[in-house]
Amino acid sequence: MNPAPEIRNDVPQIEIAGVTKSYGNGPAVLQSLDLTVCREEFVSIISPSGCGKSTILKLISGLTAPTSGTIRVEGMTPQNARETVSYVFQEATLLPWRTVTANIGLSLELEGVASDRRKKTIASLLALVGLNHVAGAYPRELSGGMKMRVSIARALATSPRLLLLDEPFAALDEMSRDRLNEEILRLRSEQKWAAVFVTHSVAEAAFLSDRIVVLAPNPGRIHAVFPVDLPSPRVAALRTSPEFDALVSRVSHALRETLAA
Amino acid sequence: MKQRLLTAVNALVVFAALLVLWQIVLWVFRVPPYMLPTPYAVAKAVHTRLPTLLNSLAITAEESAGGLAASIAVGVVIALVFAQSRWVRKMFYPYTLLLQTVPIIAVAPLILMWVGAGEPAVTLIAFIISLAPIIANTTQGLISVDENLVHLFLMHSASRAQLLFKLRLPHAVPSLFVGIRIASGIAVIGAVTGELYAGSSQVGVGGLGYSILYAWSQLQTDYLFALVFATTVLGFCFFFLVMFMEWYFLHRWHESARVPEAE
Ligand SMILES: Nc1ncnc2c1ncn2[C@@H]1O[C@H](COP(=O)(O)OP(=O)(O)OP(=O)(O)O)[C@@H](O)[C@H]1O
Ligand SMILES: [Mg+2]
Repeated sequence: MNPAPEIRNDVPQIEIAGVTKSYGNGPAVLQSLDLTVCREEFVSIISPSGCGKSTILKLISGLTAPTSGTIRVEGMTPQNARETVSYVFQEATLLPWRTVTANIGLSLELEGVASDRRKKTIASLLALVGLNHVAGAYPRELSGGMKMRVSIARALATSPRLLLLDEPFAALDEMSRDRLNEEILRLRSEQKWAAVFVTHSVAEAAFLSDRIVVLAPNPGRIHAVFPVDLPSPRVAALRTSPEFDALVSRVSHALRETLAA
Repeated sequence: MKQRLLTAVNALVVFAALLVLWQIVLWVFRVPPYMLPTPYAVAKAVHTRLPTLLNSLAITAEESAGGLAASIAVGVVIALVFAQSRWVRKMFYPYTLLLQTVPIIAVAPLILMWVGAGEPAVTLIAFIISLAPIIANTTQGLISVDENLVHLFLMHSASRAQLLFKLRLPHAVPSLFVGIRIASGIAVIGAVTGELYAGSSQVGVGGLGYSILYAWSQLQTDYLFALVFATTVLGFCFFFLVMFMEWYFLHRWHESARVPEAE
């Protein structure tokens, strides 16, 4: 029914095959999960709370190991692929004792990038996310949206090919969230990374993604996958178009089904 | 600024009122001067014996500061070791509690025996008594780092040293200062108490605690009061010095150290 989704490249970035995960002796949090994300593809994961969305991101980044099954990132184990990956957390998780500039430079600093190269990268990122005017400010002097921009800039500093975002905008008001969504699309069109984006907002998922994965709970498993065939480039006006509404209601419906089951 | 000036004025008014009350008590109850001297007599004692008083103050200040500095240095190192593994903490943490609960008065004779009377012994007592709050607070600060920040560091292949010095240690600085604030008060108390036992290697010359004992034995109650007053001032100075350092290091980024802009 749907035309094939336009995926820019069919080389896999992430391959998750038959992954089951349980913490300790607890019940399975994820059950035989299969998911492939292609290079430069933007995939959103949406589900009721506690279905294992954050767990999926932790598995992809190698912060936790699967109980069974395999995960490959660019054909490597998640641990070995880390330098191609950046993680954006729900809270901005900035270091409060560092200025905006020093926070953005953190990831490069940890990876041992020389300081003059670091400065150049930071300068261009500050401009990219529009934070030049607060470069010397400390996190407590920033609004929630600005903090999140710093967090995104820090993630992009290492030029990742894969971005993992765990409800990055959940704590923001709707207007900041919409603005940042548009910014994410712009950054992505410039830098071409793949992304796995966890969210609770159907509209956000629809606006950003090439594909939306709906998870069902107990244990977490894939309930439905929606290719998104909205026109690109995606602009703010898209949010009020009938195609957009239709997609949002289909995904919302699937989400409700997972709760009924 | 106006607020703080007002606070200072208030404090001075209260102080003056206390002096008046003190004088009234003396008149009404006809207290003999060796029990309770007049405020004037105390002031006179301060004036005539100022060099001796300042000398005692300097000795005690040095001992307390030395003890405190040592407990900060040693305490931070121990906390860094504690932060490395839960096992180490489980094994050794109870002993830091012991450090806090053992009555220093009971240990003082031992220290006297090992180190001999004088300033080193007193410094050692100030060190022992102020160590526990530094260890406890710094360790807490080192291990209470947000898990996501640790994950962030791991994602960018941070080394153990980077985790410790770029994440855990800076994160622990506010807690360290909480520890120092507590320890600074205890260090002064420890030094004065220590001097009561291990006061001086020279008769008649010593820190505040030693001089308090000496003045007491001579029934120089006015000077005794002057010494108590000096001890209080010393404690205050330590407290404000620590507060200032805390403000200096933390006000830019840490909420607790912020001076409220408008009230
Ligand atoms: N470190 C852990 N140890 C034990 N159990 C865990 C751990 N992390 C997550 N869980 C459990 O795994 C399940 C899935 O958690 P996860 O955080 O992945 O869900 P989520 O979909 O991200 O939820 P939310 O939408 O609330 O963020 C939950 O039941 C949670 O209690
Ligand atoms: Mg989550």
